[in-house]
Amino acid sequence: MSSLVAVIVVGPLVMALAGLLLQRHAAVRDTITVGSLAAVTGLSGWLLAAVERDGTVVVHVGGWDPGLGIVLVADLFASLVLVVSLASILIVELFAIGQRGTSWGAEPRVAGPILLALTAGVALAILTGDLFTLFVAFELILVSSYVLLTHQGQRGQIRSGMTYVAMNLFASTLFLVGVAFVYAATGTVNLALLAERIPDLDGSTRIGIGLWFFVVFGTKAAVFPLFSWLPDSYPTAPTTITAVFAGLLTKIGVYALIRFTTLTAMDDLGPVILVIAGASMLVGVAGALAQDDVKRILSFHIVSQIGYMLMGLGLFTVAGVAGAVFFLIHQIPLKTVLFLVGGLVEEESGTSALDRVGGLARRRPLLAALFALPALSLAGIPPLSGFVAKLSLVQAGIAELSTPIVVVSLVGSALTLLSMAKIWLGVFWGRMPDDGATPRPARPRSRRLMTGATAAGVAVTVAVAVLAGPLWHMSERASTALVDPAGYVDGVVP
Amino acid sequence: MSLALLFAVGGLAGIGTYLVTARSMSRIVLGFSMLGHAAVVALLAAGGPAGEAPLADRSAAESASNPLPQALSLTAIVISFGLTLFLLALARRQQQLSGDDLVEDDLEDVRIGGPPRPRRGAARREAA
Repeated sequence: MSSLVAVIVVGPLVMALAGLLLQRHAAVRDTITVGSLAAVTGLSGWLLAAVERDGTVVVHVGGWDPGLGIVLVADLFASLVLVVSLASILIVELFAIGQRGTSWGAEPRVAGPILLALTAGVALAILTGDLFTLFVAFELILVSSYVLLTHQGQRGQIRSGMTYVAMNLFASTLFLVGVAFVYAATGTVNLALLAERIPDLDGSTRIGIGLWFFVVFGTKAAVFPLFSWLPDSYPTAPTTITAVFAGLLTKIGVYALIRFTTLTAMDDLGPVILVIAGASMLVGVAGALAQDDVKRILSFHIVSQIGYMLMGLGLFTVAGVAGAVFFLIHQIPLKTVLFLVGGLVEEESGTSALDRVGGLARRRPLLAALFALPALSLAGIPPLSGFVAKLSLVQAGIAELSTPIVVVSLVGSALTLLSMAKIWLGVFWGRMPDDGATPRPARPRSRRLMTGATAAGVAVTVAVAVLAGPLWHMSERASTALVDPAGYVDGVVP
Repeated sequence: MSLALLFAVGGLAGIGTYLVTARSMSRIVLGFSMLGHAAVVALLAAGGPAGEAPLADRSAAESASNPLPQALSLTAIVISFGLTLFLLALARRQQQLSGDDLVEDDLEDVRIGGPPRPRRGAARREAA
């Protein structure tokens, strides 16, 4: 059973290689991509069930001791995030296959296999039990994302790709230096051993390490003020690529931040995290209000929503971290699907600039519905999943008497609704302007596949709302295990 | 920890950071390889004092240097080598598209936030 956990990481990587070698045969390549994505999604579902039944699954790769070899740890938090992430990638790949007949699609020969390599990186980052493997996983994700972002070689992509690569490369270098600091201070890079040793370090070293990694993971997660690369680079890529980036990459940064800060008991960073959280919420949403292109508005919202997850983490209570975990699970499919809808709008009208489209609600009512559900959920309107997520965070904030962050989060929510209304007015109501872009009709089959994949994504976000009760209980248990990491440590170093 | 290694890390990181903030991509690439070296030297320095080559049949555990940071550094070097090549490819593509390898302004930012202040780089490009 433990070897199957390793398959989730290694499988997509091997299949990516196979896909690259067989890239000329479209049918074989697609079968490989979709088949392995479906397989790992299924495996991760099974893993979640196994963790739910028997507790944390720990794999010592190659049979080495935890201090020497690589450890893969699947606890409740990891397996929950893993299932949602892999399912989102699968949906995006189906959308990408539908989109390939159109001029908006990514180059299918490269995109499919590289997406598999990115999947392997995401799985490794979620499952890994040591800091250096986390670095390697981040690099695997980032290198794949560099290729996906720039492989079409258009001017805008090269320009923003350069910013993206430079920013992330800088953060990776900081990460590596951070690993050196941690190793010099504690003599290990294993997360479970770090959880034992870092709290015993003297105050300034401990806080220094904590702040250093907050900057590293914060850059990956695009928190204020380290987010400027994100709204610049994401919108230039093909829709499917942006959807994967938006849904996953920043969230993996948040995942690593939650994992690292809770394991090493950095409670004293709480106030710093809360201030950054509030600033991210407000600056992100203010940036979104200033934009007038669907993809750019949504990109700024990524920053704003990251703030909510940090808010839960910054409270450092079981309820707060549970809110952050639930928010993460709700946000991954939601952001993915919103960008897919943006892609459908682009497909339908030839552009996603607000002043050049209009009247889509009459022409494509289904598309309007597919946008409305996740958009209302993003703003936190009951009974959708965003409401549950934000309610839990606000309640956790009130319980801790952190009034300022609660007020800021509610203001942020209201402004989110405002900017979603802006998209709705610009895209779905009104008339198509006379000087609007010419739509490029897609073939009915590819349009059906794209709409179907988006609908499946919306179904996942609705499922998160319907299953909010059980999911919330799981988040609470995951959060209890995060806030008191003794169980995690015992599982890895008995 | 050796003082010379510390100065090497500081110097490399300083030069690297300076070069990374430049406008021309070839400088940025050089800057990143400097930064990569700084990180690798920092990793090695974190492993404690140097000793004999850590080979199982040649040296005793007490006198050998710590092999773990060396293994980590090797991985980091391979990754940074690949990324340097990728950056060079990006710079080459930029040169094909625009004639030089200067990083360009974000058009959307310019449209919403007003025109940027004139820069030496822009003037040089117009002159060319």
